[in-house]
Amino acid sequence: MVGELEFEKPLIELRKKISELKEFTKTAEVDLSPEIEKLEARLEKLENETYANLTPWDRVQIARHPNRPTTLDYIQRLFTNFLECHGDRLFGDDEAIVGGIAKYHGLPVTVIGHQRGKDTKENIRRNFGMPHPEGYRKALRLMKQAEKFNRPIICFIDTKGAYPGKAAEERGQSEAIARNLFEMAGLTVPIVCIVIGEGGSGGALALGVGNHIHMLENSTYSVISPEGAAAILWKDASLARRAAETMKITAPDLKAFGVIDEIIPEVRGGAHRNVDEQAKAIDNVLKQSLKQLLQLDGSALVEQRYQKFKQIGRFTFSRNDLGVK
Amino acid sequence: MLKELFTKKKKYASIPSEQVKQDVPEGIMTKCPKCKKIMYTKELVKNLRVCMSCHYHHPMPSRERIVSLLDEGSFREYDADMISENPLQFPDYLEKLEADRRKSKLNEAVITGEGTMNGYPLVIAVMDSAFRMGSMGSVVGEKITRAVEKAKELRIPFLIFTASGGARMQEGVLSLMQMAKTSAALKLFSDEGGLIISVMTHPTTGGVSASFASLGDYNFAEPGALIGFAGRRVIEQTVREELPEDFQTAEFLLKHGQLDAVIHRHELKEALTNVLDIHQTGGDGKWWGN
Repeated sequence: MVGELEFEKPLIELRKKISELKEFTKTAEVDLSPEIEKLEARLEKLENETYANLTPWDRVQIARHPNRPTTLDYIQRLFTNFLECHGDRLFGDDEAIVGGIAKYHGLPVTVIGHQRGKDTKENIRRNFGMPHPEGYRKALRLMKQAEKFNRPIICFIDTKGAYPGKAAEERGQSEAIARNLFEMAGLTVPIVCIVIGEGGSGGALALGVGNHIHMLENSTYSVISPEGAAAILWKDASLARRAAETMKITAPDLKAFGVIDEIIPEVRGGAHRNVDEQAKAIDNVLKQSLKQLLQLDGSALVEQRYQKFKQIGRFTFSRNDLGVK
Repeated sequence: MLKELFTKKKKYASIPSEQVKQDVPEGIMTKCPKCKKIMYTKELVKNLRVCMSCHYHHPMPSRERIVSLLDEGSFREYDADMISENPLQFPDYLEKLEADRRKSKLNEAVITGEGTMNGYPLVIAVMDSAFRMGSMGSVVGEKITRAVEKAKELRIPFLIFTASGGARMQEGVLSLMQMAKTSAALKLFSDEGGLIISVMTHPTTGGVSASFASLGDYNFAEPGALIGFAGRRVIEQTVREELPEDFQTAEFLLKHGQLDAVIHRHELKEALTNVLDIHQTGGDGKWWGN
């Protein structure tokens, strides 16, 4: 099967064996159904064990699965009346970020997200979901518009990071990201952010200053990719598996740090196995989130968002006060 | 004859590198990395660490920066004793922090506090690249956030000097979130009319460049400072094209409209005082001499 992952290999082999036996029983005179039943029970047990004990690296693989549903897959299933709005009005239209207006269960909203491509051709057009400054500025334009018309904002986060390129630097990648962090902090409408794939560093955070932040069970959110961390820490990008564990980038890790609100359960084996069902799981959490946030007025939303980020961090005080002379 | 050549070469190579280093005794003399001139450290410090011959701006320790700008005896430090934990249980992190603390005589990569500059009160934050390359973890984020809150409470300007390699990897996503935390604090301060001045010094990159460093009402930089989001090597590997020599320097950013001005360190205090003065005088509609 296309897109099977490394850690799923034992499952694939077992499944293959079962189907072979089934095929064989059809043609041969012997009845192998007891054996088949036994193997199917074993498969079920193995599946349960495998998916209940995913390592951080397994989750990274699921988050990067080529068939993993993207922002537009969820927009299509969760919203109606979607109208995509293009362009930042300053430079161009960055297709690594999509955004527009829509209805969510009848409620007008603005929805924005990083957008990867489904194939090479689309990925080139969308720059593999890695935005340039104009992408962030488009997102900000749409958020400001949402605020003007008092619409909640829903952001889907799914990027390896902001694009590291010459033109991006020239046009102020840093400023564009910083501006989004700054302006999102002051928006007087509810903002719900959902990490659906990879949440890569500042490029992800630039759509991430929300009142509520949720993560799909197998998504990741990190300051640097496991490969990048391994290259810097141990001068060896092949130690990414170890870095994925050390860096604490999975949804349960972020929940423990108090960074995110809810872990949205995934379809067994990953969201790509059943997009409709996955959209329903997101729907449940998103509905609850918006219900809560719609109770708050503008200034309460700004205050709640500020306090949410203000409490993130770990520090202590030493008795050894060096001070400035 | 050929053999002779090789033995000669060997002799040259055998000079221990320690001895070469001793030519420029650490502390007493400093070699300019740009023009390679060797000068007395004392004189260099007196010249605000600007090279006497080529005007290269050497990194300036945070305490020297504060002394060079604020009125004598006016500085009162905030949160001097705040130190990092090891939230990821990252191998060797605490040891590295301890080593940097001893080496730099700093508790963390930023000093914050309040004081006056030519009589104008302000809250100041100065990052220091001598501590973990000025990287931002929980403590840097928290100290800056608290300093901004203080400026908001006291209704005085907030001035920040940045020098940082970016987010601190050893604190993982908690470091990343400090970008949002500090930016949010600045937004609330700004909404109340607070004045934000950012001065980017060498280097200001990654998560620091992509948060508070770029959020000043005025964004200044020192000459030659490296400023950018992604590292040069990463970009070269991604785009596979030759980058201009001045790529990601203060002058490059100025040319591309990302900075208000590049200001020589010797003129910085005067320029900053001018900004403070304009903001002190203006805004209330009283001008015409009444």
